[in-house]
Amino acid sequence: MTEILLAAILTDNLALSFFLGICTFLAVSQRISTALGLGLAVIVVQGVTVPVNALIHSFLLAPGALHWAGLPEIDLSFLRIIVFIGVIAAMVQLMELLLDRFVPALHRALGVFLPLITVNCAILGGSLFMVERRYDPLEAVVWGIGSGIGWAIAITAFAAIRERLRHADMPEGLQGLGGAFIVTGLMSLGFSGFGGLVP
Amino acid sequence: MIRLSHHLTDPLIRSNPVTLQILGICSALAVTTALATALTMAAALIFVLCASAAIISAIRRHIPHAIRLILQITIIATLVIVTDEVLRAYAFEISQRLSIFVGLIVTNCIVLGRAEGFAMHHPVGPSILDALGNALGYGLVLVVVATIRELLGTGRLLGIPMLPLTEQGGWFEPLRLMQLAPSAFFIIGLMIWAIRTARPEQVERPEHRLLSRQGEARP
Repeated sequence: MTEILLAAILTDNLALSFFLGICTFLAVSQRISTALGLGLAVIVVQGVTVPVNALIHSFLLAPGALHWAGLPEIDLSFLRIIVFIGVIAAMVQLMELLLDRFVPALHRALGVFLPLITVNCAILGGSLFMVERRYDPLEAVVWGIGSGIGWAIAITAFAAIRERLRHADMPEGLQGLGGAFIVTGLMSLGFSGFGGLVP
Repeated sequence: MIRLSHHLTDPLIRSNPVTLQILGICSALAVTTALATALTMAAALIFVLCASAAIISAIRRHIPHAIRLILQITIIATLVIVTDEVLRAYAFEISQRLSIFVGLIVTNCIVLGRAEGFAMHHPVGPSILDALGNALGYGLVLVVVATIRELLGTGRLLGIPMLPLTEQGGWFEPLRLMQLAPSAFFIIGLMIWAIRTARPEQVERPEHRLLSRQGEARP
């Protein structure tokens, strides 16, 4: 369990070692406060959708999963992508409604980020990795929350660096996007230093 | 035809979806450790993007506005599943190396972006050209990055030895860094720098200007 958590946060960081959610990562990292909000939203959405998708996968989609319904020979795993996308979109909508009803303060803080997250590849990627690595539902909870935390740490740190970089004197062609890529590369290099941490 | 051809040629370099609009980078970088996977990924994206643009453009007058996004995503996801299954059936080894990244074409912002931004308002012909142009622009970035990473990282291209390695008595020592994630970020960053040096109109204006530079004739 600890290995999965550490790997999800540090060594297998979705943003820095698998390039997932990089579009949002680069686009919404101008200010630390917005980056932190998006990071929190990713943790929450990832922590909910990955376990839900894990349950759906192990009881409906995996080869032989319909054993409980008396249909052991049916294999629905090809429906994985479309089902996961549907689940993610539905969970995001549901969470928006629930947050609005019960935690309006949090809803105001995360509001604009939640719809953005539906098309964030880190979320779909998290669920697809969960299937590919055959995590059981409990491990899926740890992986979901951990990978969300890892992504949030990466974008918050990146936004902090970018806030300082605005005052830096960079070559003209590197200002903005080009420089952001180089900085992400350096951060990714730094995170790969955690490599020996997880056996 | 000349009037239409800019749909095809514009996105190649001038308004390249990856380097200018930061679209679809997520999957662009992870598959570029080898040229073979990058070419497969580019081919998969060309198919999905062109087919989805053609279908969405053909039925654009019948799509209710309120549910257009979910319809577009369903069409795209179906095409991605078909691509994934075909790859699994006929190129199993490559599809294992691409791992989850073919599936992630669904959330590739280029596909949904072109469907929503272009195919919804234009006839089938221009939509396909626009889709092909954007897919080729994406493929071009992928192939360039993958060529650099595979050649410098292993001394091979498409698995065929290109540079004589030191362990076989040659002079080339593979750069291990090129096979790791950070190098992809560096290469794209440098590519953007190169494109913006050649086309200064793409340079982003700085939010702040340094005091010592204010006297200079800097735009």
